[in-house]
Amino acid sequence: MANIEKNIIDGLTGLRDWVDDRFPLMQNWNEHLAKYYAPKNFNFWYYFGGFALLIFAIQILTGIWLTMNYKPSAADAFASVEYIMRDVSWGWLIRYMHSTGASAFFIVIYLHMFRALLYGSYKKPRELLWLSGMGLYLVLMAEAFFGYLLPWGQMSYWGAQVIISLFGALPFIGDTLSLWIRGDFVVSDVTLNRFFSLHVIAFPLLIFGLIGAHILALHEVGSNNPDGVEIKKNKNAEGIPVDGIPFHPYYTVKDIFGATVFLIFFFGVVFFMPEMNGYFLEHANFIPANPLKTPEHIAPVWYFTPFYAILRAVPDQLGGVIAMGMATNIFLLLPWLDRSPVKSSRYRGWNFRCALTLFVISFFILGWLGMQPVTPLFTWMARFFSLVYFAFFLLMPFYTAIDNDKSVPDRVRD
Amino acid sequence: MDNSNVDKGRRRFLTAAATVVGGAGAAAGAVPFIATMTPSEKTKAIGAPVEVDISKLQPGERMIEKWQGKPVWILRRTQEMLDDIASQNEAVSDPASESSSQPAYATNEFRAREDEYLVVIGICTHLGCSPSFVLKDGDNSPVVDWKGGFFCPCHGSRFDLAGRVFKGVPAPTNLVIPPYKFISPGQLLIGDDSEAA
Repeated sequence: MANIEKNIIDGLTGLRDWVDDRFPLMQNWNEHLAKYYAPKNFNFWYYFGGFALLIFAIQILTGIWLTMNYKPSAADAFASVEYIMRDVSWGWLIRYMHSTGASAFFIVIYLHMFRALLYGSYKKPRELLWLSGMGLYLVLMAEAFFGYLLPWGQMSYWGAQVIISLFGALPFIGDTLSLWIRGDFVVSDVTLNRFFSLHVIAFPLLIFGLIGAHILALHEVGSNNPDGVEIKKNKNAEGIPVDGIPFHPYYTVKDIFGATVFLIFFFGVVFFMPEMNGYFLEHANFIPANPLKTPEHIAPVWYFTPFYAILRAVPDQLGGVIAMGMATNIFLLLPWLDRSPVKSSRYRGWNFRCALTLFVISFFILGWLGMQPVTPLFTWMARFFSLVYFAFFLLMPFYTAIDNDKSVPDRVRD
Repeated sequence: MDNSNVDKGRRRFLTAAATVVGGAGAAAGAVPFIATMTPSEKTKAIGAPVEVDISKLQPGERMIEKWQGKPVWILRRTQEMLDDIASQNEAVSDPASESSSQPAYATNEFRAREDEYLVVIGICTHLGCSPSFVLKDGDNSPVVDWKGGFFCPCHGSRFDLAGRVFKGVPAPTNLVIPPYKFISPGQLLIGDDSEAA
């Protein structure tokens, strides 16, 4: 018996060595998993990067299967989605996983970004990690936008019409640019066809590449942690950070446990409330696109509503578009706006803590306002909270420079 | 490797020349990829004029036609509607349509060839939604003292019954008037206004 076991292990080791002579298999395994030392004090907030990767895999898998039955033409698109839902075996499951996955993606990305704000993970030396993450966020928004047109419902159609018209508001090049994006004078079959191409090929490839860059950047500088202490400053004789533990098996096991809990919630939504009462799948999208009539009440999907509220708050067309563009892109400047030497909010003063709290509150309220119809009161509220939103960033160089930060410990706390 | 005999100036020149030529090639290669996304010949050909029978349109009624894929509204205005338009010159931001888009024959008080008929593209000049037609005495008036007009549900822009935009809303200009002409009293042609037809 023992002999057979030994033979099998020898055989596998031999195979591994054969591969290793021709491909850096163990080298990469060690560099990114078995000998990648992550801080030992990760907490709940460190689940969401892994969840995002899991959702990306779900979206790719379900997307490939949806493409097998979906038809990207104005005449057939709506009916082909109904066909997937009603006639294709298990088609409803594949489609609900994909639509729930889209919203879940943004939920975990927003939490992932909040973690970075909370613990200062965007600060030196992690600026490029932050920029590649922001690139992923912006590309993900485009990917979601292209995908939302594909069911060719009323919300798909008019949502695309409004977003493309944003580019039309730019001076001089606006009209030509929006015509180029649509490929037609209005959103049409031509637009649908090219959005399909961008949604299933171009942007998934971009996201894939950016995820690679994001992880490479992370493993170069090392993970931040809730104490904001650089664990690489304290190494033992072998050059291993004393406050670090190997990612595998410690954090792979943690992440697999987390993924299991996440999937319970995810499939709870997929099975019991896939429309999420109109937040994940909007009611008006169950009506086929009608280019002659805008629905009475239109709102983007929830993950765009904070920016939509900012757009509507500005009483000038170009001004609104610029404000909206700034609101999504201003995160890119964060590493250079923050003047405090302290990373984690555990050791930062009340200026930053209060500012971050106000920012999160205004983000939620703007998100809610973006779903409401236009009334004078809501418009004034949107203006007020847009100011709070931008003040968080634009006043940051001042309030972080004079903040009463506490002293940061040398080692992470146990 | 011995680099001492290398002519560095020559090497720099060759590198620069190869970069410039290669860059020009890449730029030229991008042209077809960008151009293929502009409207195709077939797409451009679909914008043909549309003939509309308006003989059954009653005063105060509005009908919607499709031209170039866009909604075109035809509103037959009553005298009361025309009076209401004239009374709101102060409230609209471009009363004489000086910075708005319309053919010369519609650059007038009521923005029409014939005062009675408003022919207008039903796409908001803000971000392209199609506003709803809200009558004077409707129960869903967007503002108090509403005299009838068009209200965009997307971003709250308001227009009067001549398609003129009110002050203080996001839409920058009045609604666009397409080229059109009356072929005979009950027949309208949208998309063509040439006199020698």
